[in-house]
Amino acid sequence: MKARVHVMLKNGVLDPQGEAVRHALGAMGFDQVEGVRQGKVIDLELAEGATKADVTEMCEKLLANTVIERFEIELL
Amino acid sequence: MRAAVIVFPGSNCDRDLAVAFEQAGFSVEMVWHKDAVLPDGIDIVGVPGGFSYGDYLRCGAIAAQSPICKALTAHTERGGYAVGICNGFQVLTETGILPGALLRNAGLKYICKTIGLKVETSDSAFTEGYNSGDVIDIPIAHHDGNYFADDTTLAELRDQDRIAFTYAENPNGSRDDIAGILSHNRRVLGMMPHPERAADSGHGGTDGTALFRALAGVLAPV
Repeated sequence: MKARVHVMLKNGVLDPQGEAVRHALGAMGFDQVEGVRQGKVIDLELAEGATKADVTEMCEKLLANTVIERFEIELL
Repeated sequence: MRAAVIVFPGSNCDRDLAVAFEQAGFSVEMVWHKDAVLPDGIDIVGVPGGFSYGDYLRCGAIAAQSPICKALTAHTERGGYAVGICNGFQVLTETGILPGALLRNAGLKYICKTIGLKVETSDSAFTEGYNSGDVIDIPIAHHDGNYFADDTTLAELRDQDRIAFTYAENPNGSRDDIAGILSHNRRVLGMMPHPERAADSGHGGTDGTALFRALAGVLAPV
């Protein structure tokens, strides 16, 4: 079983890296870009029997810092 | 008076911090991250600057799960003193010992320079050697020092006089210019600037000395 975890900064938390990417895209002429948020994707290979609840606990305890980040779990 | 300084793989201010403690009169024990217990009779734990575990995942995130950090959490829950500087501050927020988080600098650049640091409260064992409102010269050296906490937490920090230091000129986008905060019981300090790098005349400045001396004054056996 595999799980894919998406970790993004919460709305309202400044994302200077996303902002820098937005600036660069604008400078390249991509005027249609109005905002960029950058996050990370973590793929987990899990033993049989692992549950989404297990992954949620992993996210809350380590993979995301819930003070500043939100996460979504995809079971693959 | 005994201080413990934690050493993680990637710590690089551990020895500077030990020297600053020693010059203030502490005997210092270096403690490895894999140790599950702190030495007996430790008065204060120092969590040093550096790049623990290569800053993998998030700065301080892996260090916060290390065996010694469980002992550190227990120490602070018992009312023990601790100070986390730079990466140490990041570790203290990742363990949940201090509120908030440190984000990437708003300007995206690693900043290494001496800045004006305003003492916001002299009401703590760390800051009682200064006067509130003093502006001292202390170096910063960080890429992720942009303090973030939600509005409720910020209001709580302000109302409880737990903002220890602010930047005279905000270098990194920190909310409310925050450079250092205190725990609820005022016995844990986390700060991004490096007082241990301004604690010897050879450093080009000694404004950090008063912090270690004040601690020694409070923790000295009566």
